[in-house]
Amino acid sequence: MKLKRTLGVCAFGVALRVLSPVQAQAVVTDEDLAQIRQSIKQLEAQHAEDKKHIKELEQRLKNSDSKALASQTPTSESPTVPPPPKSDFPTTTASTSYSPAVSAPAQSSAPASAGAFNPAIGVTMMGTYAHFSHNPDKAPVPGFALGNEANSLGTQGFSLGESEVSLSANIDQALYGQLILSYPREGGVNVEEGFIQTTSLPLGFTVKAGRFFSGIGYLNEQHQHAWDFLDAPLPYRAMLNNQLGDEGVQIRWTAPTETFLQFGMEGLRGDKFPATPTNDGLGAQSVFVKAGGDVNESNSWLASLAYYHADAQDRQTTNDTTIDTFTGSSDLGIAGLVWKWAPNGNPVQRNLKLQSEFFFRHENGTFDDLAYHGDQTGFYGQAVYQFMPRWSIGARYDQVSADDGPSDFTGMTLDNLDHTPRRYSGVLMYDTSEFGRFRIQYNYDDSAQANQGVMFNYTVSLGAHGAHQY
Amino acid sequence: MNKFLICAALASVLSLTAIPARAAVNVFACEPEWGALATEIGGDSVSVYVASTGRQDPHQIQARPSLIARARSADLVFCTGAELEVGWMPVILRQAANGKIQPGSPGYLEAASVVSMKEIPQHLDRAEGDVHAAGNPHIQTNPHNFLPVADLLAVRLAEIDPANAAVYKTHHDAFITKWKAAIQKWETEAAPLKGVPIAVQHKNWIYLLDWLQLKEVVALEPKPGVPPSSGYLAEVLAKVKATPVKMTIRATYEDERPSQWLQQNAGVPAVELPFTVGGSDKAKDLFGLFDDTVDQLVKGVRQ
Repeated sequence: MKLKRTLGVCAFGVALRVLSPVQAQAVVTDEDLAQIRQSIKQLEAQHAEDKKHIKELEQRLKNSDSKALASQTPTSESPTVPPPPKSDFPTTTASTSYSPAVSAPAQSSAPASAGAFNPAIGVTMMGTYAHFSHNPDKAPVPGFALGNEANSLGTQGFSLGESEVSLSANIDQALYGQLILSYPREGGVNVEEGFIQTTSLPLGFTVKAGRFFSGIGYLNEQHQHAWDFLDAPLPYRAMLNNQLGDEGVQIRWTAPTETFLQFGMEGLRGDKFPATPTNDGLGAQSVFVKAGGDVNESNSWLASLAYYHADAQDRQTTNDTTIDTFTGSSDLGIAGLVWKWAPNGNPVQRNLKLQSEFFFRHENGTFDDLAYHGDQTGFYGQAVYQFMPRWSIGARYDQVSADDGPSDFTGMTLDNLDHTPRRYSGVLMYDTSEFGRFRIQYNYDDSAQANQGVMFNYTVSLGAHGAHQY
Repeated sequence: MNKFLICAALASVLSLTAIPARAAVNVFACEPEWGALATEIGGDSVSVYVASTGRQDPHQIQARPSLIARARSADLVFCTGAELEVGWMPVILRQAANGKIQPGSPGYLEAASVVSMKEIPQHLDRAEGDVHAAGNPHIQTNPHNFLPVADLLAVRLAEIDPANAAVYKTHHDAFITKWKAAIQKWETEAAPLKGVPIAVQHKNWIYLLDWLQLKEVVALEPKPGVPPSSGYLAEVLAKVKATPVKMTIRATYEDERPSQWLQQNAGVPAVELPFTVGGSDKAKDLFGLFDDTVDQLVKGVRQ
């Protein structure tokens, strides 16, 4: 584990070096104020002069426009962009400017107000009506100590899902930032993600810092509203408390190859299940590798392999009525494969998505003051087929299994009750557009006792809508 | 010891699949028409990767890992812009994290930035369907639009690869001369199309219609990107009866059923146009694209 620590510390170090130039002195003295006032006055004078100059230019432009119009042939659509001033390169109508606002006739009328720099704002809303045949709030998974959010299968009846507000923008030429706030129906606000990310480090490196969803799993990196099924598969539920988001630093390196190949590592605070924050502030670390490519025009794939290590100190989990305490380490491996098919690479009419992830976990330590060394596995496989524009249908199977601890654990949370928790799900989706989706999902959950559930859901997105990940 | 073995294995895998660095400039073209233009201007000095084909809807490309890998090593990203690629390029640019091709740098080029845009919406509302704030992005259906884009590309290539500036200039000048002659030829051939009333399946032909002065009577979708209801199709039939149209045009990548429906119900010939390079067998390059487009249209009128 020492190696992992070193990697994590190294990650923080790099991040600090990246971040340090951004920090600015915020102490302002009276002298500074006077200077600033002086500068503003100068700027104002300059501004008045510029205004005059712009008026002149506008007049000249008007004159030349009417001339250009008169000289245009009726069939020619070719726009008349003024030639670049420095051009020793004889072109017909070129512009050397890299700023579209200057070179684009269409965009030159874009408003230049202060609001133009506002971040992109997107809102995602979800609502569900669910009916479960048994109480969904008490749904243990025998053999597993569940995180606090994984105890429930859903909410009976009507419920507003998490509403999300996302703000994102390029911070400058080197950084991108995103903040996602989520409003649970119980009230309060959570920072679901809040991170900065580099956009132009050399050699294919990317550094992300803040709070983010870990890159260890395919579903883990996506937001819940982007999942095809409404709920997390059993291995995510049992081993990652549905989804792992933590605070820390992530470094990725993309290889300069035709086949997509990316290596990543994360140093995390360890705030979230299965970790707990430790004294050195580095409760969890991960490494992962992803590879992907096209088989032909119609088929593409993405495979990933990840290793995640977490330390837990007096981690408390609640199972129905009992409170359990775990101290030790949790080592998790995840292997995943996603395969997409779209005829001629055009997913608009029909497309198919197959995905599966395997989880292997070893926990080592003391559970309720008893020595515990346990192995657990889990996997899910799902297929979603869009059979015509706007309509998709999907099926999923997921299961987990835990080895039976020594007889000391009989009757406790970690007793697997000689049962393999499993679930069968089906989903039907209808999209009103790229921004609106209705779903019906059916679950036959056999985690502990058979519990059938039907969920009706809408998921919509308002405003800026980020591009979809693969 | 094991670690060294792993490192050695990785290094050998990387060297096997590494993108060849023979050409001076790696161009990542979002759409085939820009890939073809980059080949015209860049010649052997560029290596062009085209991210989509003529059989794909350029709005809806999946941000596949292969695209991220190609963008990672690109020196120039050459896209339409005007939000055409808003559903996939932002993810690719961010994941590729290649400083050379981020918006604002010389390696990021949007063709729409030097073209007069049409159909710029007066107000933006998603209830209006699939509209773009910057205007209709399908600028490649008018050959005149390639002239300023070719200029911009040549300047940009010379900036990125000054050693070959003379090569780009030579290719550029030759292309412009050839292209202007071709436009004249197409315009002569297309003379019978002037004022011809037609129907369009999707509103992605405004630049072509303007160029050849075709008259759009009706579109087979009520709003851009919104599939027609049976009520709307009845309206289309009524319109076509009142103002007969010569044909319905659609792009290769689009569903053939709406225009075939109109063919069966109103006898309006359905004409499939390549829309971009690779959209038909004859549209092998930019010249083939417009040869075939004009040819199909003229045939459609004579039917």
